[in-house]
Amino acid sequence: MPKPIQSIERASAILRLLSGRTRRLGLVELAGELGLPKGTVYGILRTLLSVGFVEQDPESGKYRMGAALLHLGSSYLDGNELRTRALNWSDWLAARSNESVRLGTMHDGQVLVVHHVFRPDDSPQALEVGALLPAHATSMGKALLAHHPYLAAELTKKELTRFTPATITDPQRLLAELEQVRVDGWASEMEELIQGEASCAAPVHDRMGVAVGAIAISGPIERLCEGSQIRSDLVSYVREGARTISRDLGAVPW
Amino acid sequence: MSEKYIAAVDQGTASSRCLVFDHEGRIVSVSQMEHEQIFPRPGWVEHDPREILHNVVEVVRRALDTGGFGVSDLVGLGIANQRETTVVWDRVSGEPVHNAIVWQDTRTDSIVRKLGKEHGQDRFRDRCGLPLATYFSGPKVSWLLDSAPGLRERAEGGDLLFGTMDSWLVWNLTGRHVTDVTNASRTMLMNLETLDWDDTLLDAMGVPRAMLPAIQPSSKVYGEAGDSLGGVPIAAALGDQQAALFGQTCFSVGEAKCTYGTGSFLLLNTGSRPVRSAHGLLTTVGSKIGDELATYALEGSIAVTGALVQWFRDKVGLIGSAPEVETLARTVEDNGGIYFVPAFSGLFAPHWRGDARGVIAGLTGYATKGHLARAVLEATAWQTREVVDAMNADSGIELTTLKADGGMTANNLLMQFLADVLGVPVVRPIVAETVSLGAAYAAGLAVGFWPDVESLRAHWHKAGEWLPQMDSNARDKGYRKWKKAVQRTLDWVDDDD
Ligand SMILES: Nc1ncnc2c1ncn2[C@@H]1O[C@H](COP(=O)(O)OP(=O)(O)OP(=O)(O)O)[C@@H](O)[C@H]1O
Ligand SMILES: [Mg+2]
Repeated sequence: MPKPIQSIERASAILRLLSGRTRRLGLVELAGELGLPKGTVYGILRTLLSVGFVEQDPESGKYRMGAALLHLGSSYLDGNELRTRALNWSDWLAARSNESVRLGTMHDGQVLVVHHVFRPDDSPQALEVGALLPAHATSMGKALLAHHPYLAAELTKKELTRFTPATITDPQRLLAELEQVRVDGWASEMEELIQGEASCAAPVHDRMGVAVGAIAISGPIERLCEGSQIRSDLVSYVREGARTISRDLGAVPW
Repeated sequence: MSEKYIAAVDQGTASSRCLVFDHEGRIVSVSQMEHEQIFPRPGWVEHDPREILHNVVEVVRRALDTGGFGVSDLVGLGIANQRETTVVWDRVSGEPVHNAIVWQDTRTDSIVRKLGKEHGQDRFRDRCGLPLATYFSGPKVSWLLDSAPGLRERAEGGDLLFGTMDSWLVWNLTGRHVTDVTNASRTMLMNLETLDWDDTLLDAMGVPRAMLPAIQPSSKVYGEAGDSLGGVPIAAALGDQQAALFGQTCFSVGEAKCTYGTGSFLLLNTGSRPVRSAHGLLTTVGSKIGDELATYALEGSIAVTGALVQWFRDKVGLIGSAPEVETLARTVEDNGGIYFVPAFSGLFAPHWRGDARGVIAGLTGYATKGHLARAVLEATAWQTREVVDAMNADSGIELTTLKADGGMTANNLLMQFLADVLGVPVVRPIVAETVSLGAAYAAGLAVGFWPDVESLRAHWHKAGEWLPQMDSNARDKGYRKWKKAVQRTLDWVDDDD
C-alpha cells in the first residue's frame, strides 16, 4: 500500500475534531489539539473553507463543520428542494421556448422527473412529476450521466433497453456521446425514447459543482429541430436556464 | 430602440424582492433580501422600516446588475407590499417614531375589543367592509400614537405622517405622501363607497386626518425616484394580494385566485360594486387604474400557511428547509389522524376569532414526524376549503377551478391535496410570482408599456394542473375532523393573558 498522504490525514483529523453540529473551535485550539504549527493548520483550514467542508463564524472567528459536509451523505439534492429553487427559471424556460420543461435527478440509475412545466399553449396536458425515465434514452439522463462517470459505467454494464430504432444501445457509442456532452455542456436526444419526439437538456450544478439535476425541453421534432439538429435558439435557452438555476444554487458561474 | 423592461418591487412580510419583466411578461431578473422579524413579546411582530427601505433600493440595484441592464432600460417601477403593516414617521427628519407594527401583530387586541364592545365585531363593516380585528391598520396607528408621550399632539399638528409600506416607500423615493386605494382599503379608515378617509372611522380610532396620505389610484405615475434609483418613474402601488389578483389577470367579475405565501389569500373580483359578506369574508378594493372606476373584491384571508412551514423549520427543527416538509410528509401515507390548526394570531377568515390559539388535535402514540409534516401541509388546504365555502356562499357562484400562485405552489403534495379537498382542479400560471407581475402590469399600464388589460390576458398560461382524486367520503370525513379541531382552538385567550 502506498504511503498515506499526510495533508489528507491532517484534514481528516481537523474534521473529526469539528464533528458534531455544535462544535466550534478556534485556530489555536485546533493547533493545540493536533500538536501542529498554527501555520500548517491554517493552510489546511483555508482549503477546507474553500470547498465548504468547514465554515468560519464571522463574529468569533471560530471554525465549525460546513453545510457541504452535512449534505455529503445524501447523494443528490432533495428533489422537492430542487423544484422549489428552480421554479421561476423553469417557468421562464417554458415561456421563452414555448415548449414543455422537465427537471430531473438521478434515482437508482434512472431519471426521476421532479418538476414539469406545461407547454404554455393551454392545451390539455398532465403533470408527469414522479415519473422514472431511462437515462440512456433521454437528454436529461445523458446530461447527468456525462457528469457522473461512475453511474455511466454502471449503466453500460447492463443491457441498454431499446425503445425505438434510434435508441443508443451500444455502450461504447453511449460513452462516446457522453464524452461529447461533457465537452459541449448540453445533451440532445432525437426520437430515442418516443418516435417523432426530441429533447435537449443541460446540467444543473450545485455550489460544490456537482451535477444535481438536468433541465430539458421536449416536443415533436417538427418544432424542436432544424434539419437533423435541435434548433440553436432552443439550445441556448436551455443552457441559459440551467446556468441561472445553478447560479441560484450557488454554483460558480462559468 | 433597445429592448425596454419594467420592474416590480414585492415588499413582503418575510423579504423584499425585485423582479424585472420583459414586454411578454416574462421574468428576466430576480433579486431578494430577507429582513429581520422582530418579536418583542408573544403576539407582537415588528419590522424596521429603515431596513426595509434600504433592502428595497438594494434589490432593485441587484436585479438590474444581475440582469445586466441599467435604470435607463426601465420604463417604470411598480410596488406591491405587505398590507396593513403600519409606519408612523417624522415629516421633517423622515425618522420612524417606532418600528413598523406588522399585520400579524395582536397587541391591539384590547383596543379592538373596546371598539366592538356594545356594537359587535361588525360595527364598521358597512363603512369599510372589514370586521374589527387586530389585523388592520387603524387600531395600530392608535396604539402607536399612545406609545410615547407627545406623539398624538405631533400627529394632530401635522408633524407626523402615517403610512402603510407603499406610502413609506413612495414618500422616501419621491417625496410625495400618497397611498394607493387598495392599501387604504385595509386601514379600516377608508369609506368603501367614497374611497376617501371617513370621519366617523377616524374619530372612533382616534387617528388625526393631518397625518394621512392622499388616496390615489393603484396605477398612476406618483413621481420619479430620486438619485438612489436614477429617476425611474414610480408608476403603481397595490397591496400584494390585490397585485396578485391583477397578475393572475382576474380582470372580470367572477374571476378569483389564491396566493400561497406567508399567509394565503383568496380574492374574487366582484366588479365595480362592493359586495358585503355574510360569511366572514372581507370587502376590499381590488384595483383602480388611473381614472377608471375602482374594482372591488371579496377576500378570504388566512393568516398562517407558509408561516407554519417556516415555524416547523425554524422553531421545531424537524426539517432543514421549507421544501423538505414534502419529503418528510411523503414518508407516510396519510396524516395518521392528526390535524394542526395554526391559529398563531387567532383565526382570520371566515372565523375572525382573536381569542383562538393553535392546536394539534388527534395525537396518539402512533403519530410520527411524518404525520406531523402532513398535518402542517394539510392545514393550508383545509383553511382554503373554509374560505372557498364562504366565497361560494357569499357570491352564489360555485368555484370551478382554483387559480393558485405563490411560493407554496412548488409543493406538489400540497397542490394535489388542495385539489382533493376542494373537489375542483387547481391550476398554476406560468409566473408563480404573480404579486410582482401584477405590480409590473399596473405600472406598465400607467406608462403605456402595455395598451390595456386585454393585452395582458394573452400572457396567462397554465403551467401545471392538479385534478381531484380523493373519494368524497374521505374528503367529508377529513373536513369534519378539521372543523372539530378548529372548535378546539376557540376561547383560549383569557383577559389576563
Ligand atoms: N416547497 C415548499 N413547500 C412548502 N412550503 C413552501 C415551499 N416553498 C416555499 N414554501 C413556503 O412558502 C413561503 C414562501 O412563499 P412566497 O415567497 O410566495 O412567500 P412570501 O412572498 O415570502 O411571503 P410574504 O409576501 O408574506 O413575505 C414560505 O413561508 C415558505 O415556508
Ligand atoms: Mg409575497
